[in-house]
Amino acid sequence: MTTDTRSERRPTSTTFTRWLGAAVLAGLAWLALFGLVLSPNDRVQKTGVRILYIHVPTAWLAYLAFIVTGVCSVGYLWKRSRNLQWDRVAGASAEVGVVFMGITLVTGMLWGKISWGTYWTWDSRLTTTAFLFVTYIGYLAVRDLGGTHHQRARRSAVLALLAVLEVPLVHFSVKWWRPLHQQESVAEGKLNGLMMFTLFVGLVAFTLLYVWLVLHRQRAMAMDDMVADQGLDAALAERREEAVR
Amino acid sequence: MIAMENAAYVVGSYVVTLGGIAAYAWVVLARARRAARQVPREDRPWT
Repeated sequence: MTTDTRSERRPTSTTFTRWLGAAVLAGLAWLALFGLVLSPNDRVQKTGVRILYIHVPTAWLAYLAFIVTGVCSVGYLWKRSRNLQWDRVAGASAEVGVVFMGITLVTGMLWGKISWGTYWTWDSRLTTTAFLFVTYIGYLAVRDLGGTHHQRARRSAVLALLAVLEVPLVHFSVKWWRPLHQQESVAEGKLNGLMMFTLFVGLVAFTLLYVWLVLHRQRAMAMDDMVADQGLDAALAERREEAVR
Repeated sequence: MIAMENAAYVVGSYVVTLGGIAAYAWVVLARARRAARQVPREDRPWT
């Protein structure tokens, strides 16, 4: 395959993202091997503990994604650096965060069915997580409302700064309200060596995956903005021609 | 190794996670390809 053909088939790829993608695939395969086969069952949770190796990393990634969205929104609103690149990274990160949060909710429901005998209960952790998920779906909807790129960036940055306040609410809900959802297993040292290692592999693999997804998505968003600008320029040129005639 | 009890839930959670990620990655790359048809290579600063 020539460089030109490859560039058109994978227009947002670079050498770095290709290597990163390979590392992500290796990490996810490693995680599936350790999570499903090599790690031991838990004394209390038995087989159910295996869901932890994907549930915790996806939840961590969703938190990280929403915090990055908040930080990039500050970056955009900062008067000296009102650059649309901040906005695109914020939008890409939020979209990836919504995907990971959705996966966290589904894997949590499957784990809940094993542990509690029900897919869903309105306890504080589950409810606040669902609320966070819906909030960021709203954020993505607000990004699509139309207007200029800077109008989009401004209104979504303000919303992101409000939405990110929910992240600590979700995280500390298990401490503040003592729900059915378990407390932090990692911080309390409830996992043995191989379990910790498997969880660590999951965290690393999913973090690399997050970087890969955000890089590709924000580049695609940059091209979408260029296409929209081209359309606007063409429409303006057409109007000018009509006015001259 | 996974015991037979709850295997469907455990394997299902991995299928949902890895399948969901693969589907989203495919959508991201497909949207990029669609946009790239209208943007010349020289306008893409990362290439």
